[in-house]
Amino acid sequence: MEVRWLRTRGQAVAPYGLALAAVLVIPPLLVIIPGVAPGYVLYLISLALIYAIVAVGLGILVGYTGQISLGHAGFFAIGAYASALLTLRMGLPFVVALLVAGALSAAVGFLLGLPALRLSGPYLAVATLGFGLAIPQLVVWQGSWTGGSSGLHSLPLASLPLGVSTIVLRTDQDFYYLAAAVLIALTIFARNLVARHTGRAFVAIRDSEIAARAMGVDLVRYKTTAFALSALYAGIAGVLYAHLLHGISPEDFTVLLSVDFLTMIVLGGLGSVGGALSGAMLLTFLQNALTRLPIVHDFKNLYIVVLGAILILTIAFLPHGLAGVVRSVRLRSAARVRQGASPVDQIVELGEGSSAR
Amino acid sequence: MTLDLPWGQLLINGLALGSLYALTAFGIVLIFKTTKVITFAQGETAMFSTFVAFTLLTAFQLPFALAFVLTLLFAGVFGALIERVVLRRISATTVLNPVIVTVGLGLILLGAAGWIWGYEIRTFPDPVVGPPFRLGTLVVSQLNALIFAVTPVLMAVLFAFFRFTPTGIAMRAVAENRTAAQLMGISIGRMNALGWGMGTAMGAVTGMLIAPINYLDPSMMGDVALKAFAAAVVGGLTSLPGAVVGGLLLGIIDSVAGFEAAELRNTIAFALIVLVLVVRPSGLLGKHETKKV
Repeated sequence: MEVRWLRTRGQAVAPYGLALAAVLVIPPLLVIIPGVAPGYVLYLISLALIYAIVAVGLGILVGYTGQISLGHAGFFAIGAYASALLTLRMGLPFVVALLVAGALSAAVGFLLGLPALRLSGPYLAVATLGFGLAIPQLVVWQGSWTGGSSGLHSLPLASLPLGVSTIVLRTDQDFYYLAAAVLIALTIFARNLVARHTGRAFVAIRDSEIAARAMGVDLVRYKTTAFALSALYAGIAGVLYAHLLHGISPEDFTVLLSVDFLTMIVLGGLGSVGGALSGAMLLTFLQNALTRLPIVHDFKNLYIVVLGAILILTIAFLPHGLAGVVRSVRLRSAARVRQGASPVDQIVELGEGSSAR
Repeated sequence: MTLDLPWGQLLINGLALGSLYALTAFGIVLIFKTTKVITFAQGETAMFSTFVAFTLLTAFQLPFALAFVLTLLFAGVFGALIERVVLRRISATTVLNPVIVTVGLGLILLGAAGWIWGYEIRTFPDPVVGPPFRLGTLVVSQLNALIFAVTPVLMAVLFAFFRFTPTGIAMRAVAENRTAAQLMGISIGRMNALGWGMGTAMGAVTGMLIAPINYLDPSMMGDVALKAFAAAVVGGLTSLPGAVVGGLLLGIIDSVAGFEAAELRNTIAFALIVLVLVVRPSGLLGKHETKKV
């Protein structure tokens, strides 16, 4: 009972423990390894963690509920700009800005979810694409208080209240722990959510809206919930992004970023929280590795080609992404262990695995 | 906000721009109707074709009319190849898959064009030169006049194709009911490839006619594609005349908005998409499709 909140559908706590240990150990490890610039690597890992927050949230919407979004950079931008303006212009504490910006992004997500109720796949993709393009334009348009196309700079350091005093997160390491803590909390929340009735309602909508409605799933409620939740995740990630970089500009939130987010969850595996996490990590590091290749003069060029190839090849050859690969390997080894068992048992095992995607 | 806008001139410019949006939107709707895939690579295939035209015009010094026809052929084959090589292998069990794959295709073409032709902004040779036509106070540039000439002719040819030729009727049959069409002996695969080829060629026309107005670089079709999407959605994704109506509407709105609030053109397009979809989810002229479990 004591660790029940960490459990989802009877899965062991061990993977969580390992992941938590890894998170805590990374910064000291980077200091020990010679030749590694801990600051930069930590910055990069923090960025990957922030993108992972967006990916987990987008996974709820796309992977579980089956609603496509080509405009999540818009929510990311709303979170980033809201917190930058709240801390910079109004001098609010970081935590307050985080919560307000997250709530604002979620509210916009809810509003975008309303027209989405009547739209199916391709129409929704076009509408969200337009949303993602509109947000940076609105930012530039309202240049007098958003800083226009030059953006907002020298944001205050992130800080956390602790009783009467506040801890200011001065170093990369501090910020890394903050990003990791937020990601862990939001991942656990997402895993619990998708394992319960809300998640089952999402999957029912994804598989067939009409069948879901016939079974009594409230489409209005669950679709807007999925939109608001994934916007909340993207908004919170945007807040962290703004304070990691200490500055933002409209150019940070392009359609390409929205496509990045989509690629992360497609590569990781749609309908898998772990897949979204690993996809985000992998893509962020890949993007960075490509910038560092000495042969590549025009990085943007190579990166977008690689991104496009990943999208097409994943859909063509790994329809369930990396999570699907891991699952099939696990099932195969489980089947090998049960060589003695009757074939019927193995079929049941396979069936369970594929339905719990 | 001033109300003494040069309405006549804005209308003419808007209709010219709208004709180009209509052509691209027409391509999107054509591909959607025949293959049930909405392509997010329409802007990029058009951009790529325009670069091919540019090479034909500058490196090979071909006359514009010849380069135009050769580029249309290239775009047609290119579109059909995309369908054959990529989309036919993708399982269309979910709506997400084709969307993701065409987004990926667009990215690859964007990168490839940057690689082959570079990122510097170029000027595209003018297809027609000479003084603009004047109608009283209104000015119609030679290029706009060409657009007004090409678009209706192309539209008429396409409508005649779908109305009178066996292939056109077969394509309409596939759009209407795939299974029944297949049972009647129509090759679905061939119609899909044909739809992609024709749709891509329509985009190429837009590219070649808009490049002299704007500029030529790999991102040239980004905004145009968004407007074309908006046009297709506003008109109804299942209606070819709808794409034309939507395109012209978008062009006029864009022209007026460009005069009053240039920085908000995309936002206005997005607002229009949402507005139309809320009121009429299947667009102005689109047919409402009943969903089945």
